[in-house]
Amino acid sequence: MTTTDKYSLSDPVGKLVDEFHKLPGIGPKSAQRLAYYLIRMPEGEARELAEAILAVKQRIILCSTCSNITETDPCSVCDDLARDRTRICVVEEPLDVPALERTGAYNGLYHVLHGVISPMNGVGPDDLKIASLLDRLRGDEVVEIVLATNPNLEGEATSMYIQRLISPLGIKVTRPARGLPVGGDLEYADEVTLGRALEGREEF
Amino acid sequence: MARAKTYNTQGVVLKHMPLGEADRIITLYTPDRGKLRAVVKGARRTKSRKGGFVQPLSYVRASIVEGRSLDQVTETETVTSFRAVREDLGRMSTGLYLAELVDGFSADGAVNPAEFHLLVDALTVLESTDHSEQLARYFETRLLSVTGFGPELQRCVDCGIELEAGDHVFSCADGGLVGPECRTQSGNSLIHMSMNAIKVLRFFQRASFTQALELPLTEQLIGELRRVLRTYVTYVLDREPRSAEFMHLVASG
Repeated sequence: MTTTDKYSLSDPVGKLVDEFHKLPGIGPKSAQRLAYYLIRMPEGEARELAEAILAVKQRIILCSTCSNITETDPCSVCDDLARDRTRICVVEEPLDVPALERTGAYNGLYHVLHGVISPMNGVGPDDLKIASLLDRLRGDEVVEIVLATNPNLEGEATSMYIQRLISPLGIKVTRPARGLPVGGDLEYADEVTLGRALEGREEF
Repeated sequence: MARAKTYNTQGVVLKHMPLGEADRIITLYTPDRGKLRAVVKGARRTKSRKGGFVQPLSYVRASIVEGRSLDQVTETETVTSFRAVREDLGRMSTGLYLAELVDGFSADGAVNPAEFHLLVDALTVLESTDHSEQLARYFETRLLSVTGFGPELQRCVDCGIELEAGDHVFSCADGGLVGPECRTQSGNSLIHMSMNAIKVLRFFQRASFTQALELPLTEQLIGELRRVLRTYVTYVLDREPRSAEFMHLVASG
């Protein structure tokens, strides 16, 4: 049943509500609110929004080197000569790149896998951008791979799998430390996190 | 409005999947309530109190509140995290395969404590064994038995005649071996089984984990058992276990 049937809205509005409803995290009520907000919006602003959506679809491509989403190929990170080209940080999704960039603690390059190995969902290594990562390691420029997949079961599986492929190449493989989140409570930490945090304790 | 009902249970997390912005749905296999699904709010946030506890293959105690469509996990505590399983690619891929089989062999809400204990025992042994593949074959055999699909290996499934020692053929549709007399009349597809493979399966049906893993098996024999059991498991589940391919890739790579 479409929203149009349910609320008997005039067609263009109903269509807009339906389209918003398809977006992640948008329920039927939120979809209606967004649609009515757009109706009251000045035409210029609405046009900008529509054009921005189209631009994303028409102009965004994947960088042929790191597979991150970009407007130019190579992307601005791969093209930046000031960055450390001997390190590659491997992440699951494009959104992980700005998250790591915000830390200001990393100045190397990236590689986006576009997913994660998930055996129970039938997602295997061939479904990810792993082959292109190995291609980047052919020369002897790269000295370190940082495996920054999510610290959950699928992320660990992916990291362990890539580590196994890279280890014969003699490149250093590292991963971000596991430990206690800033602002969290010790008593609520699970055993694995707390155990790893203790193993990786530093002199104070 | 009546107060929402809360219950305490414990179980092994078989799988999880993302829900909405930061939540997860976990599938938990419990001894007292069988297989159940519940939402873990905020599990994907870095600072989640629960996210770390409800990773697949961990054995947890949980407080769960009944919801209108899905129950919700309110508190969790680890019984065993099976860390050694999760930190080794070969063991993890085997563990996920075992979890997928338990998921596939159990209906929502069907209670089977034997199946639960089999899974916990298998994950415990998996933490330290070097024979993951043999463990997987033993687990398949035992799982089939405790869920009522145990294959008939002593008598012909068609005529009931006691089978003589030797090679025989296995019929998935009939759930067991077919004797030489009935073989030609059987319309079902048949898999050849060597005498040794039959003996191992018979032994697995009554052996403990320790006994089963101490049995010295050749690569070839394990390969034969894998073929037969995989075909039968696929027949019973009506689909190929999805994590089998990755397990095989890891084991052979």
